[in-house]
Amino acid sequence: MNANRSASAAIAHGFPATPRIEVKAATLASGQNTPRTALAEKVLIRNLSFFYKDYEAVRNINLALYDKQVTAFIGPSGCGKSTLLRTFNRIYDLYPGQRATGEVLIDGQNILDPKQDLNLLRAKVGMVFQKPTPFPMSIFDNIAFGIQLYEQLAGSELEERIESALRRAALWAEVKDKLKQSGLSLSGGQQQRLCIARAIAVQPAVLLLDEPASALDPISTQKIEELISELKTDYCIAIVTHNMQQAARSSDYTAFMYLGELVEFAPTETIFTNPKDRRTEDYITGRFG
Amino acid sequence: MNALYARRRRKNAVLIALSMAATSLGLLWLALILFSLLSNGLAAIGPDLFTKMTPPPGSQGGLLNPIMGSILITSLATLLGTPIGILAGTYLAEFGHERRIAAAVRFINDILLSAPSIIVGLFVYEVVVLRMGHFSAWAGVVSLAIIVIPVVVRTTENMLRLVPNSLREAAAALGAPQWRVIVMVAYRAAMQGMLTGVMLAVARIAGETAPLLFTALNNQFWTTNMNAPMANLPVVIFQFALSPYADWQTLAWGGALLITVAILVLNIMARMLASWSNFTR
Repeated sequence: MNANRSASAAIAHGFPATPRIEVKAATLASGQNTPRTALAEKVLIRNLSFFYKDYEAVRNINLALYDKQVTAFIGPSGCGKSTLLRTFNRIYDLYPGQRATGEVLIDGQNILDPKQDLNLLRAKVGMVFQKPTPFPMSIFDNIAFGIQLYEQLAGSELEERIESALRRAALWAEVKDKLKQSGLSLSGGQQQRLCIARAIAVQPAVLLLDEPASALDPISTQKIEELISELKTDYCIAIVTHNMQQAARSSDYTAFMYLGELVEFAPTETIFTNPKDRRTEDYITGRFG
Repeated sequence: MNALYARRRRKNAVLIALSMAATSLGLLWLALILFSLLSNGLAAIGPDLFTKMTPPPGSQGGLLNPIMGSILITSLATLLGTPIGILAGTYLAEFGHERRIAAAVRFINDILLSAPSIIVGLFVYEVVVLRMGHFSAWAGVVSLAIIVIPVVVRTTENMLRLVPNSLREAAAALGAPQWRVIVMVAYRAAMQGMLTGVMLAVARIAGETAPLLFTALNNQFWTTNMNAPMANLPVVIFQFALSPYADWQTLAWGGALLITVAILVLNIMARMLASWSNFTR
């Protein structure tokens, strides 16, 4: 916990402070000796392609997301990283003409199976979007909405759950006296933390963050990043970001995507210090993007 | 100041003057209508207007029976037409998308929206009045409901389309089934606009005369029997205003003023209700 705090404090100054890297390097070294045994594969992606009508936006992706780890997806605009994320909870199914082929296994179950119940899937795979999306209701109801979909909680139990979600999202102190106020009355950064609280209140197994900080100011961004490192103790987190420093700061693994393909996937340090592919190197050094 | 900028400024001044003139021309007529309504109608406003029945020519009376009839017919028509309109509008915005049937419904609805109300009246006369064998308040309710539906369909669809998809995605991403996304999130976000649509529809039917002439007709006496002809303000105004009797004409002015004020009050109430229930944006 304390190590986490100091690491979070270090996040403020750009790249992670050295102690954090050492810790991670140590775990990685042991991880390389016994590959994929220490880390549980939460989400396994096999031969995944995604189509907008006939246009193939994502091509043949193979990848694993580990439990209690943060995986960042980076790449230039239009490379398919958001599209890929949107297959993990099949939110694309809201729109006709969008489809995915291949397999996405979550806890061994292929969620692309047509028989998959989409609502149950989405209750298990939470998502936070680029722009804050508070519902036009009170702060309390914003969080109660998701909880009450699948659980019959009321009274003090419900209040406790809402409080704990808001605490985890580092928003409790700011809103505890105005839970009855509209979620729309909050600032942009607060709204985004409300959305994160809403997502974790339903206790999902996987958390998808689609550029969660891109519409926020630096201080709110920092809070969200601290939050991500807090949350990964419980969740498998996938984050799409345009901000490479953010990827370096807050992720354990990084996937670099380009033109709909997965170019390189490796531990974050490897991607940022010793990328194998020329395109990865060009992108992270800012030669295109 | 260079020549280009000066020319733009002149153009700007001319256009602002033109739009102000157009606005004041529009408002002028409204003011004139309100003025003549007030100056002629105020004379009829008094306790008698709300407590007495429509009189025979040459005697004292009020508008109690048409007031009551209008309230009954208008509210029942709204109650009948609004759910149908909201459901159809919801279908178009949330389910129909670009399907052919949705496009057809939208097209037909637009025709209905601009259909002359006298046609609606004749239609209900054929379908309801002739079958029942007599004029009735129910027939009036049906004809006004037919006018309510397209207005509510249109505004509901438009307002729901203004709700950003990101909000629907966010609700769906929590595992909410589609009906819940619509009822709990989309309706709430669109509530103000949808309510305004219903109010517009009420305002529209509150003054409709032609469809009621063929359906509810008129009744000199007090009745709440929906199976019988029923007095209502627009038809009474129409009849009394055309009459040669001065006291009937005064009552017609009073009735016209009453409808106008009622619509005004309804609109203000709807706005207050919407801003109260919809939180601050």
